[in-house]
Amino acid sequence: MKRRADYVGVLAAVGFAATCAAAPESTPQPAFEQVLQLLAARRHGHVTFTEVHELALLDRPLQSSGELLYAAPDRLEKRTLKPKAETLVLEQGVLRARRGRRTYVMQLRDYPQVVPFVESIRATLAGDRAALERYFRVEFDGSLAQWTLLLVPVDASLAAAVKDIRIEGERDAIRAVQIRQSDGDRSLLTIGPEVTP
Amino acid sequence: MSRPGAAGTLIWALLCIIAAGIVARATYTADLSAFLPRSPTATQQLLVEQLRAGPAAHLILVALEGGADARTRAQLSAQLARQLRSDPDFVAVNNGDAAGLEKDRAFLFSHRYLLSETATPQRFTVAGLRAAISDSLDALATPEGALLKALFTRDPTGEMLAILDALGTGQMPRTLDGVWSSRDGARALLIAQTRGAGSDTDAQQAACQAIRRAFALGVAAIPAGDRRGVRLLMSGPPVFAVTSRAMIKGEVMRLSGLSAALVALLLLSVYRSLPGLLLTLVPVASGALAGVAAVALGFDAVHGITLGFGITLIGEAVDYSIYLLVQSATDWRHSVWPTIRLGMLTSICGFAALLPSGFPGLAQLGLYSVTGLLAAALVTRFVLPGWLPRNFAIRDLSATGERLARALQALRRVRAALVLVPLLAGTALYLHRSTLWSRELSALSPIPAADLALDEELRTEVGAPDVRYVIVASAADRESVLLAAQTLAARLTPLIDQGVIGGFESPTRYLPALAVQRARQASLPASPELSSRLKEALAGLPVSAARLQPFLPDVERARTAPLLSRADLEGTSFAAAVDALLVKSAGGWSALLPLSAVASADLSASAATRVRAALAQEPGVHAALLDLQGEANRLYSGYLSEAAQLAIAGFGAIVLLLLVVLRSPARVVRVVAPLALSVLAVAGLLVGLGERLTILHVVGMLLIVAVGSNYALFFDRSSAQPHQGSVPLTLASLLIANSATVLTFGVLACSRVPVLADLGATVAPGTLLALLFSALLARPAAPAPAAAALAGGS
Repeated sequence: MKRRADYVGVLAAVGFAATCAAAPESTPQPAFEQVLQLLAARRHGHVTFTEVHELALLDRPLQSSGELLYAAPDRLEKRTLKPKAETLVLEQGVLRARRGRRTYVMQLRDYPQVVPFVESIRATLAGDRAALERYFRVEFDGSLAQWTLLLVPVDASLAAAVKDIRIEGERDAIRAVQIRQSDGDRSLLTIGPEVTP
Repeated sequence: MSRPGAAGTLIWALLCIIAAGIVARATYTADLSAFLPRSPTATQQLLVEQLRAGPAAHLILVALEGGADARTRAQLSAQLARQLRSDPDFVAVNNGDAAGLEKDRAFLFSHRYLLSETATPQRFTVAGLRAAISDSLDALATPEGALLKALFTRDPTGEMLAILDALGTGQMPRTLDGVWSSRDGARALLIAQTRGAGSDTDAQQAACQAIRRAFALGVAAIPAGDRRGVRLLMSGPPVFAVTSRAMIKGEVMRLSGLSAALVALLLLSVYRSLPGLLLTLVPVASGALAGVAAVALGFDAVHGITLGFGITLIGEAVDYSIYLLVQSATDWRHSVWPTIRLGMLTSICGFAALLPSGFPGLAQLGLYSVTGLLAAALVTRFVLPGWLPRNFAIRDLSATGERLARALQALRRVRAALVLVPLLAGTALYLHRSTLWSRELSALSPIPAADLALDEELRTEVGAPDVRYVIVASAADRESVLLAAQTLAARLTPLIDQGVIGGFESPTRYLPALAVQRARQASLPASPELSSRLKEALAGLPVSAARLQPFLPDVERARTAPLLSRADLEGTSFAAAVDALLVKSAGGWSALLPLSAVASADLSASAATRVRAALAQEPGVHAALLDLQGEANRLYSGYLSEAAQLAIAGFGAIVLLLLVVLRSPARVVRVVAPLALSVLAVAGLLVGLGERLTILHVVGMLLIVAVGSNYALFFDRSSAQPHQGSVPLTLASLLIANSATVLTFGVLACSRVPVLADLGATVAPGTLLALLFSALLARPAAPAPAAAALAGGS
């Protein structure tokens, strides 16, 4: 009961109370709560992924694949193996990219444009509703067995880069993440099977 | 007034006028120069130039805290930056706002083909283009891709990214509400680079005041409700220079005023005679005047700290007139003057030892004191007696002197206890033998520890760490030194990858040598050629040449554009960086390449060795790695051992002088023993109290000997020539003289300026003990000294 009050409270604070007044009817809240709880209960994950970027300025989509590693609550590692090895590590708000011998460090808070790309996945994996709602208006749809989360940036500066993010999942697993950028470019991240160590 | 007296007065008046003229025209400074060597080695010269004019010397770190919220502080920061950017006193002002950042970005982007180290002929071959564009495509698929997309069509080879990588954005401060902020968000941060020379304290002071004014204006512009508790914090070398000058100036005024008042009060209460007091102060004032004039003649500028040391003259010179007035025997000239003369000569021996010091502060102190004492003594001897009114008399102090003599008599019975002094002091010194000396130059710094802590805090937050390691490359002209820096940079870059150094700065990142720019320009193919190579390179890649159309005119423009010069940097934050890193020095031009260590502030010995080895691989380049802090500490250690040697030489000179004058080794031992004992006792006391000895403690010990020798000589005279002068009056005058000395140095010991405090804390107890020990160790003149004294005195 309290969580729900928080939810409404946060939305009111960011000025979305009106649009979400009908929310309880369209989004089955108990399922969302359950999904979040299941996600939060998962301490780590190791899966394969394939990613397709569709950019207007390119003739063909860019394809890449590799592995994703997650350790609750705030470590997310994306190891791209093809076409070129690259490792991205998000840890406590710091994004480290390793390409070749060089490592690039980015403080996320200094690059708000980058935030939606990484925080959407991290916060969802962590079942961290507060973090999701800090950046996005959240719409849940579906059931525990098969759900969709639609994230729309609330901040104007974020909205300038990202239109929305659609995350699809089954129970405590994410299946796909589609990011639509404001300029029409999109990327689709498809999660493959669990990697057994 | 007798004729010789009149002549003396005339000469005195004339000299006073001349000295006053010199003093009035002298230059006074309070910058670092008092602590910098007079005849530096090549490395020290570099150090001195760095401290005076190096990149750090112009940097003011500003923090804004308090106020309603971060937005208020950001607003204030923006207002401050706007105000200061229009002020010619500042070369650059950076607060992380988009306007400043945008200018920098635009400069880098429009000159990317001249600035990028990857702009080589290989880069623009078919294979090179293909590889570079493939890399850029990969980057588009990363989270940063959103940032890079806008640049891709104009810069498909990623030169801008290469430049940014080389710049090593590294530890940029956090941005909050559009401006730099501390990590916790409680302070808005701003860096201002001043235009004036680092050594020009007036210019730095004007800059500091401009910041305060701009802050006040900014505060006035925000709503009253948001202003609460808003505060301006400033740090950095310019601020320190201004603070320490103000502090030294304030302290010198305050302490000399206080000393003079206390001594005047003491003398007035003893003499009960205003003319007596005024007459006593004449030699002191004359001595001070002569001392400052001598320093003004002997040095380029009189240092503020010298005037601080000069307070000590009050304590010493006042003694002469005290001896004259208190022991005013009819044959003063024959009974008292010889002892004063010898005392003065021993003091001069002590101070003269400081003259050859490489530490200008000490050399000035030496010259000031030698001249001041000589002048004070001469005025006491040749001018003052002529001024004494015919029936002049101060209160008769015989009774006090007799009481003193009796007390002394009683004390002498326990003088065996003096054996404990060397025992206790020796034990204290032995126990603290490993922490005896303070070997860091910062021990002399008048900057309070709290200010230093704030400085470090702001530096960490703003990502402008204290520059400690610098490679200095020098050459005859600007172009050659830039080439040298470029060559060194190529040697240093692998060291970053190998983890030897964290990174380095170089002026060539913003202003490459003309030859290098020309080479980069020459590596760009003409448009038709580039167009066909591009088509070939893009075969099989997911981007068509048509998409990359904007790339061709950009390259063509760069190929024919005029080369970059310093003027092109105007308005960007790189202008300040280049000015700081590229300096014209006496022998030509120097390029500075500050190094940062990996993970910590200190470069390990092995890392330093590898950097030096890398420099050695370029024998054609004249360059050296400089550890500023290490060099400064080495410099100070040099001063310290030099001061110790000079003090010992001064002590030796005093012993030699006494041997020549007294012609009796036994008497010399009796004069010197109490002095040595008090030096030992003070050293033991200071060390025992946890103090680490600095150069000023050493000088203080020399002063104990120089001042204390006067006391010991009077006791020696009393025992050697019992019929000369009055013992009770001698005792009384010694006690008054010593009280005056202890008062002045005691006041000095309370100073907030460490050099003055160290000196005071050594000399005040030291001279007191010197008097006590001299009295206790003096050989009684006759079987019944007190009785003999009484007979002689009445």
